[in-house]
Amino acid sequence: MKAFLLLADGTVFEGESVGATGTRVGEVVFNTSMAGYQELLTNPACFGQIVTQTYPLAGNYGVNDIYSESNGVKALGYIVREVCDAPSNFRSKGTLGDYLAQQGVIGLTGVDTRSLTRILRGHGSMNGALTTEYESADALRSDAALMEKIKSCRVENAVEQVTVKAPETFCEGGCHAAVLDFGVRRSVLAGLEKRGCKVTVLPADTKAEEIKALAPDGILLSGGPGDPADNTAIIENLKGIAALGKPMFGYGLGHQMLAIAMGAQTEKTARGHRGANQPVYEVKSGRTYITSQSCGYAVKAGTEQNAGAHVSYINANDKTIEGLCYDTMPCFTVQFYPELNGSTADANALLDEFVTMMKGGC
Amino acid sequence: MPKDSSIKKVLVIGSGPIIIGQAAEFDYSGTQACRALKAEGIEVVLINSNPATIMTDPDIADRVYVEPMTITVLKRIIEKEKPDSILPNLGGQTGLNLAMELARSGYLEQTGVRLLGAKPDTIDRAEDRQLFKDAMDKIGEPCIPSKVVETLEDALAFAEEIGYPIIVRPAFTMGGTGGGICATPEELHEIGTNGLRLSPIHQVLIEKCISGWKEIEYEVMRDSKGNVITICNMENFDPVGVHTGDSIVTAPTQTLSAPECDMLRRAALNIITELKIEGGCNCQFALKPDSMEYAVIEVNPRVSRSSALASKATGFPIAKVATRIAIGYTLDEITNDVTGETCACFEPAIDYCVVKFPKWPFDKFVYAKKSLGTQMMATGEIMAIANSFEHAFMKSVQSIELGLETPTLDSLGELTDEQVAEKLNVCDSDRAFVVYEAIKRGIPFDVIYKATMIDPWFLSKLQKLAETELALAECGKNGTPVDETLFRTAKRQGFLDKTIRRLTGAEVPEKLHASYKMVDTCAGEFAAKTPYFYSTFDEENEAKRFIEERNSDKKKVLVFGSGPIRIGQGIEFDYCSVHCTWVLKDHGYEAVIVNNNPETVSTDFDTGDRLYFDPLTEESVEHIIETEKPWACVVQFGGQTAIKLTKHLTKLGMKILGTSADSIDEAEDRERFDELLEKCGIPRPQGHTVFTCEEALKAGAELGYPVLLRPSYVLGGQNMIIAYNENDVKEYMAIITSHVDMTNPVLVDKYLMGTECEVDAICDGEDFLIPGMMEHIERAGIHSGDSISVYPPQNLKQKIKGTIVDYTGRLARALNVVGLMNIQFVVYNNEVFIIEVNPRSSRTVPYISKVTGVPMVELAVRCMLGEKLRDMGYGTGLYPTGDYCAVKVPVFSFEKLHDVDTQLGPEMKSTGEVLGIDKSFEDAMLKGLAGAGYSLRQPGEGKCVLLTVKDADKRELVDIAWQLKDMGYKLYGTSGTAYYLGQNMVACNEVRKISEAHPNIMDLFESGKVDYVVSTSSKGRIPSRDSVKMRRKAVELSIPCLTAIDTARVLVKCLRSGRTLDDVDLIDISQI
Repeated sequence: MKAFLLLADGTVFEGESVGATGTRVGEVVFNTSMAGYQELLTNPACFGQIVTQTYPLAGNYGVNDIYSESNGVKALGYIVREVCDAPSNFRSKGTLGDYLAQQGVIGLTGVDTRSLTRILRGHGSMNGALTTEYESADALRSDAALMEKIKSCRVENAVEQVTVKAPETFCEGGCHAAVLDFGVRRSVLAGLEKRGCKVTVLPADTKAEEIKALAPDGILLSGGPGDPADNTAIIENLKGIAALGKPMFGYGLGHQMLAIAMGAQTEKTARGHRGANQPVYEVKSGRTYITSQSCGYAVKAGTEQNAGAHVSYINANDKTIEGLCYDTMPCFTVQFYPELNGSTADANALLDEFVTMMKGGC
Repeated sequence: MPKDSSIKKVLVIGSGPIIIGQAAEFDYSGTQACRALKAEGIEVVLINSNPATIMTDPDIADRVYVEPMTITVLKRIIEKEKPDSILPNLGGQTGLNLAMELARSGYLEQTGVRLLGAKPDTIDRAEDRQLFKDAMDKIGEPCIPSKVVETLEDALAFAEEIGYPIIVRPAFTMGGTGGGICATPEELHEIGTNGLRLSPIHQVLIEKCISGWKEIEYEVMRDSKGNVITICNMENFDPVGVHTGDSIVTAPTQTLSAPECDMLRRAALNIITELKIEGGCNCQFALKPDSMEYAVIEVNPRVSRSSALASKATGFPIAKVATRIAIGYTLDEITNDVTGETCACFEPAIDYCVVKFPKWPFDKFVYAKKSLGTQMMATGEIMAIANSFEHAFMKSVQSIELGLETPTLDSLGELTDEQVAEKLNVCDSDRAFVVYEAIKRGIPFDVIYKATMIDPWFLSKLQKLAETELALAECGKNGTPVDETLFRTAKRQGFLDKTIRRLTGAEVPEKLHASYKMVDTCAGEFAAKTPYFYSTFDEENEAKRFIEERNSDKKKVLVFGSGPIRIGQGIEFDYCSVHCTWVLKDHGYEAVIVNNNPETVSTDFDTGDRLYFDPLTEESVEHIIETEKPWACVVQFGGQTAIKLTKHLTKLGMKILGTSADSIDEAEDRERFDELLEKCGIPRPQGHTVFTCEEALKAGAELGYPVLLRPSYVLGGQNMIIAYNENDVKEYMAIITSHVDMTNPVLVDKYLMGTECEVDAICDGEDFLIPGMMEHIERAGIHSGDSISVYPPQNLKQKIKGTIVDYTGRLARALNVVGLMNIQFVVYNNEVFIIEVNPRSSRTVPYISKVTGVPMVELAVRCMLGEKLRDMGYGTGLYPTGDYCAVKVPVFSFEKLHDVDTQLGPEMKSTGEVLGIDKSFEDAMLKGLAGAGYSLRQPGEGKCVLLTVKDADKRELVDIAWQLKDMGYKLYGTSGTAYYLGQNMVACNEVRKISEAHPNIMDLFESGKVDYVVSTSSKGRIPSRDSVKMRRKAVELSIPCLTAIDTARVLVKCLRSGRTLDDVDLIDISQI
C-alpha cells in the first residue's frame, strides 16, 4: 500500500506503507542512531512525534518484549528507508512491521530519508502528516484542511499522556528513590533497581507534600516529551519539590523544567540533539563523553545564573548547555540520557553519583 | 592538551613492501600521518623500503630513506638525522615491531628518542598472549579460554572444564597440521594423541571452539586525556574462523541489537582505556549467536587495515587524528574536517550500508589452495557504499574484477543440487557465490546456515537478489516484458542495465539516472563540505547540487583509479592516479576521482576535488559522467582497470586526455600491433594468434619449442607460461579455456631467452623523454614484475641502448602517444626485439621517478594538457644517467599461499617490491636483497647450499657453485646437478630427492644447515611434483630459494663483495 508524508512546507514523500493505516499529524523529527529502533519508538520522549531514522535499515533483529522503554510505542509515526521482513536475532519475537501495525503506528518506507533529513535539519523539526488515505501526492497537497491541521498542530499535555496514572512501587532496597515520571525510560528505572534502590514512580503532577510524606532518600526528575515551558503546573510544583532539600537528579525534560522552576529559561535549539553520538564536554574533568539524546530544547545560556546553578556539561558541537549543578541544593541535572559513552544499566556514573548522594542521607 | 612543542623532528616508519596482510592501507595511513605532522611544522624523516608509495615522495616527508627496514639501518638513520621522536603505529606490524625492538634494546632511552602514540608496555599488553590475557582478566573482559597441555589427561581435563567443542592446536607444526575440532572426549582422544605426537615439542593448545560465532569489530580511539570514542563497528558476513581480511565485512553491524552493540562497544572502550592506548585501536570480538556471551579475539593497538576501512566507511580520518593525538592534541581540540564545525570527539553516524569484499589471488594461482581460514590470503579489497545491503553487495561483486555482474558464478551452474549442497561445507574464496547458488536453487536456509553459520539475515538479503535475478531470467524465458516494479527493484538493488538486457533478452524499459549521496560522518545532521559521494537510485542528487553551488569555472577532469590491489596491479597505480590528480589541480583543473579501493590515498576525500566511491564498471562510470559532465577523463594511470573503460568512454563521446583509444587498441590488439611493428620496422619474436588447442599445437610446431603462451589483453602475465613441448600446450589450453573468456584469443610466441630491458617514456605526440632505462637481472621468460630491475643498465652496449631509444621514438610517434608508455624489449644475440608495449603508466613509474628525479606523472599530465616536453626543462630522448644505481627487487608472499610453486616464470607472482639505491651496483643490490628479506648469511660452521637445476642451467651453475664453495659453503646437489658439477671440478655431495629414501632433501632441510637453495626446473606449477614440494618446504622453513640462475649469480656477487648494511651509504632520495 502507498503511504505519504506531507510536510508543512508542502514537500511530499511517497513510499510504501508499513504498520498501521490512517492519518497522523505531528512533529517530524530525525534520529541518527544506527541501532535501537525499538527503544527509540517506545521512548516517551518521542510522544506525538513522527520519527525519521537516518540509518536506512530497520527491523534487522526484530522486536521483543524486553527492549521497550515504556509500555508501548510512543511515537506517532515512523519513517525509515527499509523495514526488514526477515529479522534474525535469538531474541526476536516478530517483525518490526507487525509490531508497528499492532501498536497502531503508521510507518513509511521506501523514501529518501536522507533528503528528508536534510530538509528537517534546516528547521530543527517540522510538522507533517503521515497518511495511507490518499490516492496521490496531488490529492494530498490539495487537501487544504489537512495542511491547516499540520500547521496548527501542537502536542498538548504530552507529559500527562505518558506519565503513570498512580504511584507504582517496586523493589525493596536500601535507598528509596522517588521518580517523577514525565516520561521515564525503563532503562533508567532498571539502573536504579540494579543499584539496590527501592523505586517509587510517581505521576508527573505529584505535589511536594505527597513526596515529603513518602520520605524518599532522593528524587529523580525524568525526561519526557515536548516543550518544557508548556508544563506550567509541573514547573510550579517543582519549586516546592526543590525546597524539600532532598538529593535530586534530573535528565532531559526534568532537567529543563527544574531549570525553569528555579529561574532559568529554555529555548528551542537550532537542530535538536537527536541521536546516539552527541559529544558533551564535562567542565569539571575536561573530558568529553558521547551521549544519547532526543531533545529539541536547551537551557538558555546565561540564564542558569538566575537559577543559582552553574554549567557542568556543554555540548561540544553547538556549545549549548548540557548539564547544571545547583549551588544551594544537592542537585545536578543533565540534558542527555544518563548513560555516558553508551554505558549500560550496570555501569552508569551519573546514576552512581545520584545513589551516592542519596546514601549520604540514608 | 595542546600540541607538545618539544616535538620538532619525527621519524615515521613505513610498512615496507606490499605483502599479503599488509597492503596499501599503510601508505594511506602513513601519508596522512606525514602530512598531519608537516602541517604542524614538524620535520618528518621517513623510512620505507617500498618505492611505489606516495609517502616516499619528496613532498610528503622532508627526508626520505628508501632503505632496507632493519634495526641496523634504523639506528644509522637515527644517528644521522637525530629525530627527537618516532611515530611507530602507522606503519603496520612491520613499523611497530621495529620500533618495539629499538625500544626494548634500550637504544631509544640511550639516544633520548621518544616513542609517540605507543608505549612498549602498552604494545606488549596488547600483543603478548599472556600479558593480554592478564589485562583482560583484570577488567573482566572474556578471552577465549585456552591452555597449553603436554599430556592427553590434561587435555581431557581442561576440555571438561571449558566444555566441548574444543580446538586442538599442536605447537610448532606448519599450517596447523595435526590439529582439529573435537566435539566429544572420544574425538579429543584421537586428535589430541595425534597432535601431541606430531608436535616436535609434544605440546598442544586446547582452545574453546567458537567457530560459528559472529565476528564483530570495533574501531576505537583514545587520547591522553582519556577521552574515548567509537569510530565504527563492523560485522563479518563469515563467522569466526575466516580471517577478517578474507571476510566479506559490513559496516555498521547489521544483526546486532542495540544492547549487543552497547555491550561490545563498552568492552572495546574498556580495553582501550585499560591498555592506555593513545591513538587508534581495533578490537575483534566473537559474539555467540544465541546468547549475550562474547569473547575478545584480538586487539591491534595501531592503525590497521580495518581502520583504513572504517575511515573510508565513515569519512572519519583515523590516521590523521591518531597522528595529532600522538603529538599531544586531545580529541576535543581537533576539528571534524568533514563538517568543519563539529569536533573530532564524536562518533560518526552513517546513513548507508558498506560492504567490503576481499580480492584473492586465486584467479592467477590456479593450483593454489583456495580454502580460507585463520591465515589471510587476500591481496587487496574493495569497498562499496549504497543505501541498502543488496545494492552495496552488488556493487562489491561488480568491483572485484572477476568479470561478475551478479553473485552468479557460471561454473557453479553446471553442478547438481547435491554438489552445490556439498560445496557449502567447503570454506573457500567461492563461498559467498556458492551460498548464492544454493539460495537460487531453493536449498533451505537452515541447511545453508548449518553448513556455513552465515547469519540468516545475510542469507535473506542474498535471497532478495536471487529472487530478482530469477524473475528477470523468467521474463527472458517467457518473452514477457519487465514490469516497472521489477525493473526499479532490480536497479535499486544494483543490477546493471546490461545484466537486465542479458537476462530478459530485451532493452531496459527506461534509462534510470543515478543520484549521488554524500558521506558526511553525521548522517545528514550537519551541513557537511565533504566532496565524497556514492551512487543510489534516489531522486535527490547531492553531487549535482554540490557542483552547482561550487559553480567553478574550472574544467573538470575525471581520473579513474585502479581498483583492488592484486598481483600485477598494485599500489604503483594508485601512486600514479594520485599524482595525476595533484598535477591537474595545480594546473587549474578540477580533478574528480573514481575508485573503489578503501586502502588507498586516492580514495581520501581530500585528494581530488571530488571523490566518487563507486565501481569502475561502464555503467557506473557513465552515471558519474552524467552528473559531473566533465571536460575530459584520464585512463592511463589506473592500470588495466581504467584502460578497459576506454572503448566505452569513447562511445559516450568522452574526450580522453592523452593517448587515444584507438592507439591503445592498436597496442593491445595483436594483429594491429603486428602491422604497426612492421610499419615501424621493429622486430618482435615470431608468433601466432590461436583460439583452440589444435591451433596452438600447430603454432608450437611451426615456431619451434619453447614457446610462450598467453591470453591477449593480459596484465601481470596472468595465465602466461613457457611451453617446452606439446604436453605443456595441452595442459595450458585446458586451463585457459576454463578460466578466461575465449572471445579474446591466445597468443603463441617464439620464446627468446635473452636479456630483458624496459623503458618508461613520456611522450607529447612529437618528442619523447626516457627518464631511465632498466635492465633485468633475470633473462626473458620471467615476468618483468618478478625480475630484479636495475637502473641504469649495467651490461648493455651503447649500440643496443641507441636502438632501444630509436625504437621507443618510432613507437611513440607511430602510436601518437601522449602521456606515458612502457615498452619491454628482449636483447637476443645482440639484436633488439620488442615484447610488449603498454600505452599507459606502469609498475616502474614511481621507482624511476624517484631514482632519476624526473617527475614522470607530472610531465605526462602536462603533455596530456597540451604542453610540450621541450618546454619542460628535462630535455628529450634519453635523460642523462644520474649518480646513483638502483635496483627494484620483487617481494613475494609465498609463505601465505599454500601449494603455489615458487618457481618464477612468465606469470607474475610477486605482491610487492623494494628499492635498493646506492652509488655502486653492488651496494644497491645488497640493499635491495636485504630489503626484500634475504638474510645474506655468510657461511657458518657446517652450513651448506643445495643446488638442483634444470639441464639448461647446469653450465652456468658451475661458476656460481665454485664461488659458493670458495666462500666456505659445503655443496649438496641432486644426482644430475651433483654429477655435472663433479664433472666440472666442483665437488658436490649428492642428496636424494624428496620422493626417494631417507635421508633425503627433507632431512637436509630440517637439519637447519641449509643457507640457500638454488632450484630451477623446466616444469613446475603442479603441487605434487617433487621440485615444487621441495621449494614449498624451503618457503615453510624460511630458507631463501632462488629459482633463476641469474638471481643466484647476483646474490653470490653480493655475498662476496664483503659489504654489509653497516658499510653502505644512506641515501636521502628527496635530495635527488
